[in-house]
Amino acid sequence: MYSLLWLIPALPFAGALILMIAGPRISPRAVKAVGAGSVCVSTVISILLMFRFIVAPPPNHAFVQHLWTWIDVAGFHPHVSLYLDSLSMLMALVVCFVGFLIHLYSTEFMEGDEGYSRFFAYMNLFVGSMLTLLLGANLLLLFLGWEGVGLCSYLLIGFWYTDPANGRAARKAFYVTRVGDTAFIIGLFLLFTHLGTLNIQALMQRATAQWPVGTPLAMAAGLLLLGGAVGKSAQLPLQTWLPDAMAGPTPTSALIHAATMVTAGVYLIARTHALFMLSPVSMHAVAIVGAATLILAGFSALTQEDIKRILAYSTISQIGYMFLALGVGAWSAGIFHFMTHAFFKALLFLGAGIVINACHHEHSIFKMGGLRKELPVTFWTYLIAGCSLAGVPLVTAGFYSKGLIIFQAGASTYGSRALWLAAVVGVFLTALYTFRMIFVAFFGDAQTPVSHKPGWSMKIPCIVLAALSIVGGLVETPRFLGDIHAFSNYLHSALPAAASAAPGAMSEGASEAYVTLAFLIGFFIAYWLYIRNRALVESLSAPAVCKALHRFWHSDWAMDWLYDRVFVQPIMGLARVDKADVVDSIYDGAAYLSEALYRGLRQTETGRVRWYAAGIVAGSVIFVALVLFL
Amino acid sequence: MILIWLIAILLVAGALAWLTGRWSKRAPRWISLVAVSADFVIALVLWSRFGAHVSLASHGPWMEQVNWSWVPQWGIHFHLAMDGLSLLLLLLSFFLGIISVLASWREIQDKVGFFHLNLMWILAGIAGVFLAVDLFLFYFAWELMLVPMFFLIAIWGHERRVYAAIKFFIFTQLSGLLMLVAILALYFIHHAQTGQYSFEYGDLLGTRLPVHTALLIMLGFFVAFAVKLPMFPFHPWLPDAHTEAPTAGSIILAGLLLKTGAYGLLRFVIPLFPGAAHRFAPIALVLAIVGIIYGAVLAFGQTDLKRLVAYTSVSHLGFVLLGIFTFNSWALDGALMGMIAHGISTGALFMICGQLQERTHTREVGRLGGLWSTAPRMGGVAMFFAMGSMGLPGLGDFVGEFLVLVGTYKAHMIGLTVAAAIGILLSTLYALRFIQSGFHGPNVNQWSVPDLVPREVVQVAPMIAILLWLGLYPQPIFNTFKPTREAIEKAIAPAPSPALSARVVSRLQLPRPPGVVARR
Repeated sequence: MYSLLWLIPALPFAGALILMIAGPRISPRAVKAVGAGSVCVSTVISILLMFRFIVAPPPNHAFVQHLWTWIDVAGFHPHVSLYLDSLSMLMALVVCFVGFLIHLYSTEFMEGDEGYSRFFAYMNLFVGSMLTLLLGANLLLLFLGWEGVGLCSYLLIGFWYTDPANGRAARKAFYVTRVGDTAFIIGLFLLFTHLGTLNIQALMQRATAQWPVGTPLAMAAGLLLLGGAVGKSAQLPLQTWLPDAMAGPTPTSALIHAATMVTAGVYLIARTHALFMLSPVSMHAVAIVGAATLILAGFSALTQEDIKRILAYSTISQIGYMFLALGVGAWSAGIFHFMTHAFFKALLFLGAGIVINACHHEHSIFKMGGLRKELPVTFWTYLIAGCSLAGVPLVTAGFYSKGLIIFQAGASTYGSRALWLAAVVGVFLTALYTFRMIFVAFFGDAQTPVSHKPGWSMKIPCIVLAALSIVGGLVETPRFLGDIHAFSNYLHSALPAAASAAPGAMSEGASEAYVTLAFLIGFFIAYWLYIRNRALVESLSAPAVCKALHRFWHSDWAMDWLYDRVFVQPIMGLARVDKADVVDSIYDGAAYLSEALYRGLRQTETGRVRWYAAGIVAGSVIFVALVLFL
Repeated sequence: MILIWLIAILLVAGALAWLTGRWSKRAPRWISLVAVSADFVIALVLWSRFGAHVSLASHGPWMEQVNWSWVPQWGIHFHLAMDGLSLLLLLLSFFLGIISVLASWREIQDKVGFFHLNLMWILAGIAGVFLAVDLFLFYFAWELMLVPMFFLIAIWGHERRVYAAIKFFIFTQLSGLLMLVAILALYFIHHAQTGQYSFEYGDLLGTRLPVHTALLIMLGFFVAFAVKLPMFPFHPWLPDAHTEAPTAGSIILAGLLLKTGAYGLLRFVIPLFPGAAHRFAPIALVLAIVGIIYGAVLAFGQTDLKRLVAYTSVSHLGFVLLGIFTFNSWALDGALMGMIAHGISTGALFMICGQLQERTHTREVGRLGGLWSTAPRMGGVAMFFAMGSMGLPGLGDFVGEFLVLVGTYKAHMIGLTVAAAIGILLSTLYALRFIQSGFHGPNVNQWSVPDLVPREVVQVAPMIAILLWLGLYPQPIFNTFKPTREAIEKAIAPAPSPALSARVVSRLQLPRPPGVVARR
């Protein structure tokens, strides 16, 4: 049974290969069958494996499938082998499942597009790479998947390549994430040099055995891996690529830039948690990056009009929560939020895709309005997802996962009051921007007539994800609400339990109460401003200070501007100035010199005998003088 | 004996191509194709026997050799020998030889016979360089590559072909002369020590040199190889030559001629002058890093697609130089993989530039763009090789660069590793710019060009397969290189003591066959 494991990443790869070679020549029906079918079979296999894993786990709760030896040079021998434990199993299942639903949605969404088969080829390649990332047993194979998903992200953001703006966004995404990857790869060199392997499990064992807590090497390794993680997961300071990445087709945004790829950084840190636990500095860095990101991105989300950009900043902010969880050692809480976020954020994007299509490709929420009546299924599923994102108490999955993170941010030994407070402020912001978006887009008067209604291939994924956005949280509940710990018990074999509560910390109930309060404040402000009293928004944003602040947040705290001045312009300038290669001018100079010499000497070749005679005489005199006087 | 055939087939085919070229354009193409393919098959057969050879350690370092006395009184031998390193580079040469014959199929319509004469003789020269272990013969082959290459650029090149050809010639010729002086110096010093004239690699390996003399002679070799490589700041011949050469010329320049420089460093500079190489290493390493970054930034700034690709070579070969002068197993293996993968991926990028130029008659970034809509297959292929060039894992270049950097880090040169890793980051810039300016973006100039024709598919398909193979299962390459690599590592082992170098010599030295002996 477990030997089927290799098929999970192999099938999407095979699908991609078939579509790349034969894609343009086969019918759209065949493209659908190959594209969605391959992911469907992978999903079925992962569901079967999941059952098997729960019912009869492999010895030591881990299964290794060795495929072949990749490289074997002087002690450096990474294998191409897959590692299945509860963590990679869970994430692979979520990726396959959400991936399949989005493929299903795309069969209709992309209908009639010129690059139909190309789209599915890229999507399949993405799913295959993502699964390689998750299942790779060593960091080098993980890195292969890591770069593979980066490539697919680039290809899909720039999918509609004829628009130069899409190309720019795609390249920006690749450049920025590769900055993080550079840190990651240096981390790999460090780990291999000092621990002699890249196999993740062996690495973790050796690191724990050889490095005492607080070793500078562990800190360096942790921070370098964090560098890779913030690039891929769009956290500070490398978050700038994700909002622009919304240039891609909406299903891409749902799958890659919300549900799966951007959480790769979370997976990386969870996977190498033993290393991070050796370095309190790295742990704090992860937590601080998460907390800062979730607040900053929340403010940016408040000011956007483009529905996809709002969701993009919201994604950055929610991944900030996951980083916060990892940074305080609440490992399974971070993965829990990954799972619920995958459900509701994918759904939000799928809904946004329907809405955008319905409104003649209009992205601004202020030009939508009143969609509640025209698109009822979309409205209700979108509302459910929005509630889950904002964390409506008791009934949504987001409430449970986020609440757990916030509680542990305060209670864990790695946590602190400041982190807890940042997370609660984040809840307020989330509620505010989420309901601003929903109220403006779906309530009020219709601004644009609805032109296109979704079919069932698009509605079914939304309904399934909506159901999961509600019940998905019931696998792990607080003590006063059933005290279920199925999720963390399941992950326990791969991830240690959360660090024990510090003495004198706030109780779980109190924390949840504050979270609920923050949510309610955010919700009511949104209600007041965008349903009851729209004019108030205008008057609030009228003063120059508010306008400046709005611009500042809207431009993502001016970080793009800063990077443009500090990195982009100098490199572009250097490349432009030195296009003709300054080194070449040295050689050109030598060539000119010899040519000038030739021209000078040529002047002496006059053909006049007396000049030659004079030359001979002068030469003889000098020669004789040299002989006589030296 | 078979080694003679490898070269002779090419020389004869070149002459035949020239003769038949008077009557037919097709005949020279077919003759060349058959000849290079025959060589490729022979090399493959030799490779299949390689595994058996390694287990028979009694053969000494060479798996095949031919050793004829040529000018006995001066100790000149016609001595060809092959080990894993030369075998791999021969395989690459003949493979890219096939590709360049195919790439010229339509492009070259003028003086077809003479073109193929030059092409075949360049390949013969390259094969000679990879096989010669008599330094006189080596120098002869080194020059043999140069002259036909000059004609190839000067006759069939693009707009500034004469300028580029002369520049190429002066750079390589001047540096080659330095090598000749160095060879002669070594030859006479060896004579003074042993009373015996010999250009034989195995004999010269044992020459003991005073430190400064060793450094000077080493530099003579090094400069010749560094110009070919090309190392910063000896690179300016390369963009001009690559850009102006016809497609086949660019493929051979990038894929093979540059590799002769790296080969020379591995085969001669390190084993002959281990101490001097050690002393010189810091300079070479820093210049390698400068080349990696400088080449990448300049590539990004170019507006001529072929020039862009040309500068990427400066960057990639910087990694090779870095690997060679890091001297450990990982870095040496990485350098070798870098050489082979660069040959494939950059060769392919030049081929794509050639195909673009054949169809649109331009290489200017500003005039291209948006070609994906009219030639999607070509776009996909370009994307694949651009990804190879930017070091995407799963493709050959990544394996090379990663191993080089593992080796560099292992050698505790962390600053250099970080700088080189930034070089990989910069490679993203030029690779994506290549794609964007050729294939993405709006098709403003309304290009409507045919997609890849079957002949072109036949060219690229094996290149794609090989690059993937190198990226996912490179082990056979490393296994083949292993004996040579171990010998290099032994030669360079820290502070070579006399006892150690004697051991190295006995390992690399050959039992000298009496008189004219040809093995097998």
